[in-house]
Amino acid sequence: MPRLTLKGLGKAYGPLKVVNDVDLTLEEGEFVSLLGPSGCGKTTTLRMIAGFIEPTEGSISMNGEVLSAPGAVLPPERRRMSMIFQSYAIWPNMTVAENVGFGLKLQKLPSAEVKSRIGRILEVVKMSHLADRYPSELSGGQQQRVALARAIVVQPSVLLLDEPLSNLDANLREEMRFEIRRLHDEFRITTVYVTHDQSEAMATADRIAVMNAGRIEQVDAPHLIYTRPRTRFVAAFIGRTNLLEGRLANGEIGLDGFALRAAQLGGAPPDSARPILLSVRPQSMALHRTQPAARDGYPLLPATVAQRTYLGESWDYVVHPRESGLQLRVTAPPLQVHEVGETVWLEFDPQQIAVVN
Amino acid sequence: MTDSAAILPKPAALEARRPGLLRRLRYLEPSNLLWVLLVATLLFLVAVPIGKLLVVSFEEQGTGAFTLSNYATAYGRVRYLEALGNSLMLGALSSFFSVIFAVPMAWAVSRTDMPGKGFTWAMVMGAFIMPPYLGAVGWILLAGPNSGFLNQAWTWLTGIESPLVNVYSFAGLALVIALHSFPLIFIFVKSALDLISSEMEDAANILGAGTWTAMRKVTLPLVWPAVLGGIIVVFLETVALFGTPAIIGIPARINVVTTQLWQFFEYPVRVEVAAAYAMPLLLITIGMIAVQKLLLARKGFVSQTGKGGERRPIRLGGWRWAVLGYCVFVGALSVLMPLVVLLQASFAKAWGRGLSLANLTLDNYAYLLFRHEMALTSIWNTLWFSAASATAAVIIAVLVAYIVARRLVPFGSALGFLAMAPFVIPGIVMAIGFYAAYAAPPVALYGTALIIILAFTARFLPIAFANSSAAVRAVHPEMEEASRILGGGRLLTIRRITAPLISRSLIGGWLIVFIVASRELSAAVFLVGPRTRTMSVLLYDLSEAGNFEVLAAFGGLLLAITLILVAIGMKLAGRDFMLRRN
Repeated sequence: MPRLTLKGLGKAYGPLKVVNDVDLTLEEGEFVSLLGPSGCGKTTTLRMIAGFIEPTEGSISMNGEVLSAPGAVLPPERRRMSMIFQSYAIWPNMTVAENVGFGLKLQKLPSAEVKSRIGRILEVVKMSHLADRYPSELSGGQQQRVALARAIVVQPSVLLLDEPLSNLDANLREEMRFEIRRLHDEFRITTVYVTHDQSEAMATADRIAVMNAGRIEQVDAPHLIYTRPRTRFVAAFIGRTNLLEGRLANGEIGLDGFALRAAQLGGAPPDSARPILLSVRPQSMALHRTQPAARDGYPLLPATVAQRTYLGESWDYVVHPRESGLQLRVTAPPLQVHEVGETVWLEFDPQQIAVVN
Repeated sequence: MTDSAAILPKPAALEARRPGLLRRLRYLEPSNLLWVLLVATLLFLVAVPIGKLLVVSFEEQGTGAFTLSNYATAYGRVRYLEALGNSLMLGALSSFFSVIFAVPMAWAVSRTDMPGKGFTWAMVMGAFIMPPYLGAVGWILLAGPNSGFLNQAWTWLTGIESPLVNVYSFAGLALVIALHSFPLIFIFVKSALDLISSEMEDAANILGAGTWTAMRKVTLPLVWPAVLGGIIVVFLETVALFGTPAIIGIPARINVVTTQLWQFFEYPVRVEVAAAYAMPLLLITIGMIAVQKLLLARKGFVSQTGKGGERRPIRLGGWRWAVLGYCVFVGALSVLMPLVVLLQASFAKAWGRGLSLANLTLDNYAYLLFRHEMALTSIWNTLWFSAASATAAVIIAVLVAYIVARRLVPFGSALGFLAMAPFVIPGIVMAIGFYAAYAAPPVALYGTALIIILAFTARFLPIAFANSSAAVRAVHPEMEEASRILGGGRLLTIRRITAPLISRSLIGGWLIVFIVASRELSAAVFLVGPRTRTMSVLLYDLSEAGNFEVLAAFGGLLLAITLILVAIGMKLAGRDFMLRRN
């Protein structure tokens, strides 16, 4: 039985649908990230799971029991979940140990057990030496660890995280990203993680649910979200890409100035004659100074370099194929230098090109 | 899967079924019931008295039949209309004086390297906490036309017999009022100046403007909305003020709206006419507050700038002593001089004889504490009325603030509106409303402690509400949500998380209400009975009797009590707890 099920979940404020027909199922121990731009409804969805917001449509159930439905919401305190907030919400009037022990005391556990569990979890998050400090004496990263310890120590049935790293600086963010994943690997708590940062979602989640305008666009493992985006939004939102419009006919996809064989594309090739959208990642093309030997199915086009930007780890070129009106972004290694205006040969790798719709 | 998964809680075996009525009840929060209770309380405290005031103004005395004759009476005599005009002029003049006192001081404290800022701050604070009617008594001793100290000194110095200054004049009245109202403008302007970055002035300097020009052309225009807001508040305070106009204005035969209202309450009491006569006061206040809201809502001024950029004090050079001199001068007029003469009089056998050992006595205090029939009772009354109303106001305010801030119920903002409504009702109008609504049977609260406590609670509810609402809003909702998701119910969360976090500011709010209630005169004077006199009312009675030595001693007692409370407040809630802008 799945741990958490969202079925047709929706939330409307008047005519405005903030969350619309969301279906999502989490297996026990699974880590799913809700990823999307701000205002896409991901936090609202999370807060509905927590019980802070009442849905206007659909239902949320845990282990088969309905927790939320329009007009009937089990209050958050009776859901046995825990949550990490964007502001951490560490209570400033309590010490680290008191913060962490709060949930355990509410469960009326014997004080010896409360004490030992606080001790153990503080060790896990490497905060044992600060147990008697007050939050105002802690750094942002330490507060974050307290929030993690407080949420995990109660062994919740579901752990919810609401943009937990958005208030940290870049280095700490990277460190905490792995910390969160490490804790998940250790405790295997079913987790929903809301973020707008795709690298955060990639680093932590088993599956990513990309949300846009209140709907889930695609739920998949991180590498599939990247290599096999199924909608125009997902392709454009995750990483950088070139979106090309073409037409499928007789097993060939006709594009502006060249064609690709459908059977060669990664993923299931489309079958009927129709307009088609392709996602071509900048690194799925190669630039050559001179015309290379043609390979079967790897289209080769002469092109002009229109712009270039040096990014340190790579060059970012904008090239303009001779016989088409396209502008393509291409990534090249740092030592491969072309001047603006130079003629180059552009080679596509069909394996890395995804059909979006 | 690792071993730790085994210790996860077992899923509760509950069937998934459609939510029925019982389940809906289980989900209901107690806040809805509380909401109904609060609406009823607020209607009782705010809406009913004001509604009754309106109704009564159209009722015939005794029969209750509809009539317009109250308005005809209230506005039918030149004397009454004159009082209205006097009030407006007095308001304008005292606002003008207040600006002259406050703006240079605010600028000096906020923007310059003037020495003695702590002293200046203390003077402003002193002027703010000293009850205005005590200042008025002090100024009678200073500037009474014949025996006032200033006039005596003038005669002694120059030999000229005619007095130098006369407090019993329109300008004197306005000046004395301004000396206790200017802190309001000071607070407004100083907090606005505190937000202006020095770069604003630097930009003017680099283009060739000197310190003086930069201040005149850049700094002051930027705080103009704050100055205007302060002027409006002082104007409204003045128009609604009862104590000072009664103590100085009545002997000087200057009639204003508040003293005229008081006369309508002399036997036989004409509540209906008073209600009709109070309407302009209510309308002016509501109108001006609306104007102020509009002004402050305008964009492009300081409030939008925020705390950006570096701030450094302007170097005044030698001028800083001149500026300090001005601050000392205002402080002397508003606090030091009245205080000194009051204390002197309180320890004197006859105040006019000045400081000498032969004139020294403790008898004034002894008389009040041991032989006066009402003094001790009034002190006790003041303390417990103020404590009771501060407690009630803070409890109502924090509940309303919480419900509004957390959007616990639909239309919660209606509650907030009701709690803030007394802000636009002058205290004296509120008191007449309470008298009209609850003095007579069937409620029959006249002469009871309860009617005073209720009126104080209603009158100072906005202060408590503003304070509580700021306190509640400072607690991030996630602080509470973190407790709830871990298994704490709404009430447990309020008890264990919210209450400890806001308790400090609530204590501050409680003390502010206590202090302002303990010196409140205009609402009390209409509602006290023979057994429920407060210190402020008794002080006013004593001033009518004309025994200035006993009056001064009683003022000394009132001041001592206030000072103790302020000291407690500073200890518990921080130095600036009374002078924050809001």
